[in-house]
Amino acid sequence: MAHVRLPTVLRPSAGGNSSLEVNGESIREILEAISSKYPQFVSQVLTEDGELHKFVNVYLNDDDVRYLEKLETKVGTDDRISILPAVAGGME
Amino acid sequence: MLHSSILELVGDTPMVDVSNLSPNPKVKIYAKLEGQNPGGSIKDRIALNMIEEAERDGILKPGVPEQVLIEPSSGNTGIGLALVCRLKGYRLKIVLPSNVSIERKQLLQIWGAEIIESPGSEGSNGAVRLAMKLASENSSWVFLYQYANPANPMAHYQSTGPEIFRDVPDITHFVAGLGTAGTLMGVGRFLKERNPQIQLWAIEPPSGEMVDGLRSLDDGYIPPVFTDNHGAELLDRKIVVGPKESIVWTRRLLEVGVFAGISSGAIMAGAVRCASTIDEGVIVTVVCDGGWKYLSTQAWTADVDEVVEKAKSTIYF
Repeated sequence: MAHVRLPTVLRPSAGGNSSLEVNGESIREILEAISSKYPQFVSQVLTEDGELHKFVNVYLNDDDVRYLEKLETKVGTDDRISILPAVAGGME
Repeated sequence: MLHSSILELVGDTPMVDVSNLSPNPKVKIYAKLEGQNPGGSIKDRIALNMIEEAERDGILKPGVPEQVLIEPSSGNTGIGLALVCRLKGYRLKIVLPSNVSIERKQLLQIWGAEIIESPGSEGSNGAVRLAMKLASENSSWVFLYQYANPANPMAHYQSTGPEIFRDVPDITHFVAGLGTAGTLMGVGRFLKERNPQIQLWAIEPPSGEMVDGLRSLDDGYIPPVFTDNHGAELLDRKIVVGPKESIVWTRRLLEVGVFAGISSGAIMAGAVRCASTIDEGVIVTVVCDGGWKYLSTQAWTADVDEVVEKAKSTIYF
């Protein structure tokens, strides 16, 4: 099972959990598995077209999946997934 | 070489071979030393270009007294602007998250900028929000807004990018930090125009505690510089580097004689990861600033875990 970390802002739509152990072979399957248990979750992370919400970043072991295979990025059993809202960087 | 103004010394920074830190003997790594800029960071380039672009547009008028600028910055852009404003006679107000290192505040004050603090827990987002509010309430103030100003990526398209390509024409990967996205968008566009095969890797700091301050996803923020330049299509890879790796690589840079700021350690960690995932290549990375402004964080002297704990609540990127 993949380990999924959720940010504070998404926890109310995921049963209050800060992390979840989820089965799924791709990022899409992982998000769908969470949504099947917590129906409010899906509208938080995906648009109506089934794409990632623009202010949501999903990382597979520190790698932003938008630059991998997006929602079709393959997930292994020991992978860490972090879902994070987009915020301004601080280097400026 | 004789110069008539310190501002002529912005840019044309040295590039140094740091391949001794490469985990892959077939991958060279070069670092561009932006800490050599007169204000001490890569941000001098955009500070100067944004101000001179505003002068060309007539938004700022050289020599006219009492012109006020306001800008959100966690440090380096503010310091760069403060230096340029001091020389050109503009007044500068910087909105700064309260949890930045003390040296950044001191440097801003040394150059004569006025500091307006925003809540540290809101990170850079909070500083941007407060600066926008103050700018809208004071219409006479000039708001350069580095996150959306085309003169930001343009500075890198016109100077940083060409310098990199001049010094390392066989570059295969460019690895840099993602803040306003100015460096990656400007340098990235220049390099891809010369050679579309060049890969762009963006390194992000962990968003850490400041993400917890977000009340809703709609408080999220993507810099207009990123979207205006089609960042999602331009970048090839984006990875997060955590505080521990950042500190470790900030220290390891000392092995090649580079005394760098902590964000540069994060970027170096990203370059090393890049080197270990490719068979062969030539990576160019950016050392954004020197380590001077971070001495108070004890990044080099204290126990690593202690520094990491502190870094989690400090803005270092």
